Amino acid sequence: MIEMDTMNTNAVLCRGVTKTYGSGSTQVHALSGVDLEVCLGEHMMLVGPSGSGKTTLISIISGVLDHDGGECRVFGREFSHMNRYEKTLYRKQNVGFVFQMFNLIPTLSAAENVAVPLLINGVSRSEAVDRARDVLNRVGLGDRTYSLPDQLSGGQQQRVAIARALIHNPRLIVCDEPTSALDHETGHKVMELLHETAIGVDRALIVVTHDARIFSFANRIAKMDDGRITYVTSPHHYLENEKQN
Amino acid sequence: MNFIALKMLVGNRAKYLGIIFGLTFASLLITQQSAIFLGLMTRTFGFLTDTGLPDIWVVDPKVQYIDDLKPLKETESLRVRGIEGVEWAVPMYKGLLKARLPNGTFQACILVGLDDETLIGGPPEMLQGKIADLRNSDAIIVDIVGATGKLAKILPDGTRMPLHIDDTMELNDHRAVVVGTCRVQRTFQSQPVVYTTFSRATLFAPRERKLMSFVLVKAKQGQDINILCQRIRQMTGLAAYTHNELRELTVHYYMKYTGIPINFGITVVLGFIVGVAIAGQTFYNFTLDNLRYFGTLKAMGASNGTLFRMIILQASTVGGIGYGIGVGAASVFGLMTGNTELSFYLPWQLLVFSATSITLICAASSVLSIWKVIRLEPAIVFKS
Repeated sequence: MIEMDTMNTNAVLCRGVTKTYGSGSTQVHALSGVDLEVCLGEHMMLVGPSGSGKTTLISIISGVLDHDGGECRVFGREFSHMNRYEKTLYRKQNVGFVFQMFNLIPTLSAAENVAVPLLINGVSRSEAVDRARDVLNRVGLGDRTYSLPDQLSGGQQQRVAIARALIHNPRLIVCDEPTSALDHETGHKVMELLHETAIGVDRALIVVTHDARIFSFANRIAKMDDGRITYVTSPHHYLENEKQN
Repeated sequence: MNFIALKMLVGNRAKYLGIIFGLTFASLLITQQSAIFLGLMTRTFGFLTDTGLPDIWVVDPKVQYIDDLKPLKETESLRVRGIEGVEWAVPMYKGLLKARLPNGTFQACILVGLDDETLIGGPPEMLQGKIADLRNSDAIIVDIVGATGKLAKILPDGTRMPLHIDDTMELNDHRAVVVGTCRVQRTFQSQPVVYTTFSRATLFAPRERKLMSFVLVKAKQGQDINILCQRIRQMTGLAAYTHNELRELTVHYYMKYTGIPINFGITVVLGFIVGVAIAGQTFYNFTLDNLRYFGTLKAMGASNGTLFRMIILQASTVGGIGYGIGVGAASVFGLMTGNTELSFYLPWQLLVFSATSITLICAASSVLSIWKVIRLEPAIVFKS
C-alpha cells in the first residue's frame, strides 16, 4: 500500500514541472515550468489549444509519464521519489481514468469492463463483477451489465467508463476529453454524472477538455498555453475573459 | 486477469482461428512427418524386432546394418557354440531371392532360413499353419502381406487370389509349398518375407561359398551379455552385437548414409517455420490490435508481470488447442493408413517432441508481443 498524506488539502501540487520530448533538432518542450494546485474535493478543468501540454500534464499527474524537472506531488508524495513499481501501485490504488475514446475492452461485457480495476487490485472475479453491477446501477446502466461495448451508444459507453473509473474508489480521477466523442446532450448528461459521482471531500477530479459547453461544471479552470499554465480562474471569469479576448 | 486475457483472445475470432490454424498445421506437419520418419526407421530393423529370442547376433565385422548381408562360413556357428557362456548358437540365412509367380512374372522376396533342428528365429505370429510344418518337404511360410499382395495369384479377370496353404510357387527355380502364413513387421523395402529351414534356404539360394548370414546366440542365465559379446569377438574375430546394438547400428547407418533424415528433417523444419510465420505473425498482429487495451490495463495499474502472464496464458491456450488438434489429426491419419504401405509410428516420445516444438513456436510468437507490451508506455492511453 502506498502511503498518501491524507491531511494535506492539496490533491495535486505542481511546481515548475518540465517535460521535453525528443532531442537535438527534434526537441519539443511540452511543459516549460507548470505550476498548478488542485485541492481535495475540487473539480479542475485544464483547457487550452492543441499542443499546449494538457495531455502531458495529466499524464504526469496520473503517473503514466515521468516529468523531467520541477516538483509534482500527488496526495503529498513526490513522483520523482517513486520508483516504477511504486508508480504502478499508486495508479492501481489512487487513480481512475476516463478516456476520450472510452478504451473499453471490446470483448468484455459492461460489468466485466467495470470490474477491471478491482481485478487489477486482486479482488476475485465474482466479487468484482458483483460490485461492478452495483456501480453500473448507480450510473443508470443496471440493465446493460451483459452488453458488449459495441452494443452500447457512445454516451452509455462513457458511463461504463465512468463506472470503471469509480469502482475502486480512487482519490484522483483524470478525464481526457470525456465529451468530445459525444453529442451535446449526451455530453452534458455524462458531465452531470461525473459531477455527481466523482466529486468527494477526499477526492479530486481533473478534466482535460476543449468543450466550452461543459466549463460550468468545473470549480476552477486552468488555461494552458505553450507548455505553461497562463492563469487559473472560475468558469464564469474564464468565459468572460475569453469573450474579451 | 486470466479471464480477461482469454476473452481478449477468443473475442477476436478471425485472429484466434488464424493462430490456431497456424499452430494446428505446424503440429500436424511436425507430428505426421516425424511419425512417418520413425515408422520408416522402425522398418529398417523390423526383422530384428520379429526375431526377439536371441540375445546376441554374430555377423561379419564389415556388416554396417541388418540388411547388409556378408555371409559367414557355416562352421562359425559351431565355434560360437563352444564359447563359454553361450546357451545355444544357431545359424540363420537371410537373402533376397526371386519368386516366380504362376502368371510368369517375378517378385523379389526376402528368404529367411531357420535352424533346421530348433527353428529358432521364426515368425513372431502364425496366422495359418504351424512353424513346425516347415519340416515338411519344400515347405515355406509366407507373410500375410506378401501372400495377399505381391505373391497373390492373379486370376484371368485381374482379381488377386491370396496364397493359401498347399499352394505352390517357385523360388529361384525350386518348388516351394506354402504350409502357413504369418504376420511380420513391414520391411523397409516392402518385399514379401518367406520363411523356410536353413538347409532348404541354402538350396533355394544361388550357389555361394558361404551362405550363413547370422549366428543367433542365447547367453546362459546370469551371463553378462556385453561380456559375452566381447568374448565372442575376441575368440572368433567376428562382430557380435546385442539386440539393441544391432538396431542402433542399423538406424545409424540409415541416418548417416541415406537422405531420409534430411528429407524428413526439412519437412519438419518447414512445419516449424510455417508455424512461427503464421502463428507468430498473427499473434503479434493480435497483440498490436489490443495494444491500446494493454496500455489501458497498464495505466490502470496492471504490472508488467501481470501483462506478461496474460500473454503467456493466451499463447499457451492457442498452443494447447493447436497442438491437440494437430496431434489428433496426425493420429487419425495414422489410424487410417494403418493397413497400408505407409509407415507410421507415433510413440509418446514423439508427442513430447511435438509439444516441445509447439511450445517453442508459441514462445517465439509471444516474445515479440511480450517485448512490445513490456516496453509500452502507459501514456499511450491518452493518445487519440
